[in-house]
Amino acid sequence: MPEEAKAPTATAAEPPPASEGHSQRPPSRGPRPAGGPGGSREGGRKYFRRKKVCKFCVEKIESINYKDVRLLAQFVAESGKIVPRRLTGVCTPHQRRLSCAIKQARNIALLPFAGRAN
Amino acid sequence: MNRTYELMFIVRPDMAEEDLDKLISTLETAVSTSGGTVKSVERMGKRRLAYVVRRFHDGVYVLLTVEGSGGLVHELERRLRVTEPVIKFLSVRIDEEQKRLAKIKAIRDARKKTPPAPAATAEGGEAAPATA
Repeated sequence: MPEEAKAPTATAAEPPPASEGHSQRPPSRGPRPAGGPGGSREGGRKYFRRKKVCKFCVEKIESINYKDVRLLAQFVAESGKIVPRRLTGVCTPHQRRLSCAIKQARNIALLPFAGRAN
Repeated sequence: MNRTYELMFIVRPDMAEEDLDKLISTLETAVSTSGGTVKSVERMGKRRLAYVVRRFHDGVYVLLTVEGSGGLVHELERRLRVTEPVIKFLSVRIDEEQKRLAKIKAIRDARKKTPPAPAATAEGGEAAPATA
């Protein structure tokens, strides 16, 4: 339950820091691009971005199975798309397995290919 | 060349229970004639499909775990394809995944067996940078 709540807030918090970074960049630090999802260097910025962690590493979930719809549904957007790593914080090896599992689940009609059109 | 496969298939929701029993038993005989073994048959019951398949909104899911060679799966897939009430199926090889999971579990268990000394040192090591 807390994981589900975490993901949307993280995505919602994404846009404001990026826009602020753009406005601040020219005067303070010239060529430095506003760091990606890491955000470890807080140069007096208002928004503190919590470091995202991989759910599978933290909870030690090893088996990512296509039958586990409840688990997979947390990483599928409302539209049926697989949520990118940069939003969920899942590490690369787990995201690879996750995407495979989601695609298998789609094939057997456990998850939708696109949206809830029906 | 014994491998473990999982075959999940969906039959149409309006199929009678006896017909489903018959279908599963024919599949089981097909497995044994092709030199494989059925490890388990699980009826996952009626479920809502995520999208419309052949104008059906629901389907009865069945999970069949078999052990055998690739030819066996080929034969089973052919049978499922020609069986009219089966609206969708998926076969997945699972033995390598099981092997991987068993390996990870073994490593974890081995670590658990010797917890006292390493855990204490790890705690001390962690505490120092946290306070600094």
